Amino acid sequence: MNSLVQLAAEDASDHRTLIITLFSVFVAATLGVTVWAGRRTKDATDFYAGGRSFTGFQNGLAISGDYMSAASFLGIAGLIALFGYDGFLYSIGFLVAWLVALLLVAEPLRNSGRFTMGDVLAYRMRQRPVRTAAGTSTIVVSIFYLLAQMVGAGALVALLLGVSGDAGKNIIVAIVGIVMILYVTIGGMKGTTWVQMIKACLLIAGTLLVTILVMTKFNWNISSLLGAAAEESGKGAAFLEPGLKYGVSTTSKIDFISLGLALVLGTAGLPHILVRFYTVPTAKVARKSVNWAIGIIGVFYLMTIALGFGAAALLSQKEITDSDAAGNTAAPLLAQEIGGGADSIGGATLLALISAVAFATILAVVAGLTLASSSSFAHDLYANVIRKGKATDKEEVSAARIAAVAIGAVAIVLGIFAGKLNVAFLVALAFAVAASANLPTILYSLFWKRFNTRGSLWSIYGGLFSSVFLVFFSPVVSGSEEAMFSGVDFQWFPLSNPGLISIPLGFLLGWLGTVLSKEDEDPDGEKYAELEVRSLTGSGAH
Amino acid sequence: MDTEQETGSGPSSDRKYREVQQSAEFGELRRSHRSFAFPLTVGFVVWYFLYVLLSIYAGDFMGTKLLGNLNVAFAFGIAQFVTTFLIAWWYARHAAAKLDPKADAIKNRLEADA
Repeated sequence: MNSLVQLAAEDASDHRTLIITLFSVFVAATLGVTVWAGRRTKDATDFYAGGRSFTGFQNGLAISGDYMSAASFLGIAGLIALFGYDGFLYSIGFLVAWLVALLLVAEPLRNSGRFTMGDVLAYRMRQRPVRTAAGTSTIVVSIFYLLAQMVGAGALVALLLGVSGDAGKNIIVAIVGIVMILYVTIGGMKGTTWVQMIKACLLIAGTLLVTILVMTKFNWNISSLLGAAAEESGKGAAFLEPGLKYGVSTTSKIDFISLGLALVLGTAGLPHILVRFYTVPTAKVARKSVNWAIGIIGVFYLMTIALGFGAAALLSQKEITDSDAAGNTAAPLLAQEIGGGADSIGGATLLALISAVAFATILAVVAGLTLASSSSFAHDLYANVIRKGKATDKEEVSAARIAAVAIGAVAIVLGIFAGKLNVAFLVALAFAVAASANLPTILYSLFWKRFNTRGSLWSIYGGLFSSVFLVFFSPVVSGSEEAMFSGVDFQWFPLSNPGLISIPLGFLLGWLGTVLSKEDEDPDGEKYAELEVRSLTGSGAH
Repeated sequence: MDTEQETGSGPSSDRKYREVQQSAEFGELRRSHRSFAFPLTVGFVVWYFLYVLLSIYAGDFMGTKLLGNLNVAFAFGIAQFVTTFLIAWWYARHAAAKLDPKADAIKNRLEADA
């Protein structure tokens, strides 16, 4: 604690006090809501699914809160600020992906499952192996996603406390982790959902404010905003065209396709998004909530144009990269600039406001991820695999709370060692793993009568291991300047996103495992009949 | 916990779901969903990849200026937003008109039998 106090004393400025005040207000208010929700959390349905009592709009807002992570807010703004148009692809992919969830996944999942993705798979397969697989992939995807959020937290702390503030950074990362554990263990899904809603409103309001200020500066003329961004970036018209980041070589072009595939197919396989569909009473409401989310998220991503190009137009490239090499702090820097600059009260206030919003964003997303992975641990692995379905409600929820503490601890450690990569880019890896390991099994389970246990296992483990394996030997982990371990080089896989290989592999293995299995688990097709009828009509839904 | 509703093997012992699944009414519901959702999914994925591929392999075309500094790439990007909003709206309309009434009818009958 001493070093934090010391740091604050060395470089005491108004904005830091203000950020701490704003952030403390957010934490106090949300913890209040969490305690209130915790008092109303009585059984497993309350803890895992918020009592299934949320409305379409509420859940749509909460989905937006879960989805608009540090990657969307800090990462995309940074990528656009540094690479212009190529950063915009993330916004588009992240949004279009929602159609997969809307058209194919949300409603049948809501109708046929209870708490987790594993529920739907376990429907007509052998429970223990498929739940083990589903739980494992849920936890791995969540950890990838957590890593990205913690990198975002690290970048923010570095901006606010100065790069030398290692001890200060660790303390703040630990505080983020502890608060998040409190949300999840006390408030369960009910509390976490309210936190997501509050955070979504704050994020939209903060982004809207900066957007309005940027657009006013350019007289609401997008063309002149883009023109100024192109000029200030030093790259001219190329800044507004695709190719600056991904057009340089054949490998980078293929990498771009790989990224595009991961983005569009990843969303409907993200565990913390899938569990959101269980918080509403019916499939109809689930559909409404996805539609609200598409509207809210779409408007938000449109505003990333103003954030990213605004940062490029109003800040120099050197200012952006000096603060964070991957551009993760472009949005808060832009807020400072548009408020009147570093030495003005307006600048300090806006920087504080946007930084507090970014912290709230990270905190809420980390809580959503921790809830999803601890739910899957407790419901899939503990209750159905370890205790073979004999655990009581109470024991299951206790297991989830303990898992939340453990996963929170992992997040804190990751945050402390978090690297220097762009957070949108890191999240895209989580999307690739989700699209490879989860999406094929979900779709096959819902729509393919013949799909069986072996198909599920091959698909989940095949997609999971191939994507993680390829990331491990990619330029992300070693062998490049920006790699996590830049000192060593064991890289041989050229692409930085594994989606192009691992997603088709996940689908292929699911098919292959199924047709190669001689086991006939559903000879009369009765289990599939029940799944199909229930998933389309909502009969017998929980 | 309502253990009789526990997922997995066991609960499908009665044949009512099988009968419903074979019924003409359910066949129609399934067709209404699949004939809408599947082609539309293929459609938007193709449309999205057209955009992705043009972005890398047709840089000159994408860089063509349309209005001031607004180029084809930008218009294409905004068009992806617009089509996403439209598809979401269209599906909601289709589902409310064609899927929900059929699904509710089958569900109500199944639950009345039980």
